[in-house]
Amino acid sequence: MSKLRWIFIGIILILLYAPIIVMIVFSFNEANSTSIFEGFSLRWYKDLFQYGGDLLGALRNTLVLAVLSSVISTVLGTVAAVGISKMKKAWVKSSVMSVTNIPLMNPEVVTGISMMLMFVFVGKMLDLANSVNFFTILIAHITFGLPYVILNVLPRLRSTDKHLTEAAMDLGCTPVQAFFKAVLPSITPGIIVGFIMAFTMSLDDFVISYFTNGTYQTLPLLIYSMTRKPMKPDVYALESIMFLIILVLMILLNVIQNDDKKKGARLKK
Amino acid sequence: MTKAKSGQVALNAPYLLWAVAFIVVPLIFVAYYAFTTADGGFTFQNIITFFTHKQYMTVFWRSMLYALWATLICLLIAYPFAYCMSKVNMSSQRMLMLLVMLPMLMNLIVRTYSWQQILERNGLINKLLESIGLEPVQFLGNAGVIIFGMVYNYLPFMILPIYSSISKVDKSLLEASNDLGCNAFGTVRRVILPMSLPGILSGITMVFVPCVSTFYISRQFSDGNIKMIGDVIEDKFYRSSVPDYNIGATISLVLMLIILISLAVVNKFSDGDDESGGGVVI
Repeated sequence: MSKLRWIFIGIILILLYAPIIVMIVFSFNEANSTSIFEGFSLRWYKDLFQYGGDLLGALRNTLVLAVLSSVISTVLGTVAAVGISKMKKAWVKSSVMSVTNIPLMNPEVVTGISMMLMFVFVGKMLDLANSVNFFTILIAHITFGLPYVILNVLPRLRSTDKHLTEAAMDLGCTPVQAFFKAVLPSITPGIIVGFIMAFTMSLDDFVISYFTNGTYQTLPLLIYSMTRKPMKPDVYALESIMFLIILVLMILLNVIQNDDKKKGARLKK
Repeated sequence: MTKAKSGQVALNAPYLLWAVAFIVVPLIFVAYYAFTTADGGFTFQNIITFFTHKQYMTVFWRSMLYALWATLICLLIAYPFAYCMSKVNMSSQRMLMLLVMLPMLMNLIVRTYSWQQILERNGLINKLLESIGLEPVQFLGNAGVIIFGMVYNYLPFMILPIYSSISKVDKSLLEASNDLGCNAFGTVRRVILPMSLPGILSGITMVFVPCVSTFYISRQFSDGNIKMIGDVIEDKFYRSSVPDYNIGATISLVLMLIILISLAVVNKFSDGDDESGGGVVI
């Protein structure tokens, strides 16, 4: 029985990883092909760093955008979560939460288009030459990163002792000091998870960027434009490196959450 | 008191302004474009055009049908998978969870392209078939392969919520069901299945929504011959020689309304259990 279980799990995992394994294998291809393997070589990795200026430039753009947008989402989202957790009227709270959920629930195409329509309209009114540009794609990425931060920080705030702030203030802290000294440490794990999620979502986003980027080229957008023709394996080489980075990030995230759970268990004891 | 109040405003104002400006107002713009002509006059014509033209309706029903099939197949694979996952030891569960999430974080376009290369007329699978003396198969260009592409891409979105709700089922309940004479199948049917319903529902919405609005997968797997609603929206804004924002906005609006209605229906079934449901994947 347990053997059958692992066979089933294995088959599905092979299915999930087939294209990724093929990608990694062909990134080491000697030939200029993503479907015929002619021998092992590191040529495409060398090519990537020597001539892959477009790809590396797009990667740099993607990283700049992901870092900026996830940092801003994290700060704005954490402040928002604290605000939401203090809201007293139930209907206000639930309507704010509904709006927060919209970017998660709405199809990405619709989110992308809705923003593009607004940016184009405003751009026309202000007579701008480029109504979509770096700032519009940044706004878009901050916006879809926010719910991940808020929804990860809110449960933390809920489980934080309400009297913690009061105790800190009785001991002479101002409300702001009380937040930084008493509340912040206990919600930090939620903030970190929210930040990493916002960061990876930004890194990988294609659909929303596609409608809000203007001339700011990110890696997914560049690759999209390249797939209309057969691609060279240098793209696979770059994506294989990205795979490795994401793998490390995920393991890190896992370790943080695990540590945190252990700490929580110890506190309960 | 007033100090506390102004503190409250300072906390909430930035996010509320942001949410209104960049979530709510853009949606109003979709509605605005859907109900106006190219020169800004009010009209119902876009909506009428969408619902009466055969070309739009074919694409619309095709998207619904493909998305339903993909969601159903995802459910049929993900449920047993999540069940098996919950039965292995704890450290394997954590590792499997990581393995299921990882492909989701890889660029969708590269993964789809890689599949296309595998399934091509001269691709790996056909090479394999030829080497054992079989005729090559034309995989690409039909409905089945597009549904396969969607299942492949969105399967983790079904596995994770189902797994999280199955793993929350109290072990002592399973023992009780066993003691009361249920076999393994009976326990699944009478205890685990009803208790994991919130996970199933949240999985269904998390797969159906991106499937019905998907674009790229259908184009890449059918060389642009089979279009889904997302492809048509993209066409209207970017690809056609004369972009038509108004009809593009109309299709987006209809798509959004359908999804909001189906989410409302699904939420009705899930008894307002927002702890286990919800849209965040962890």
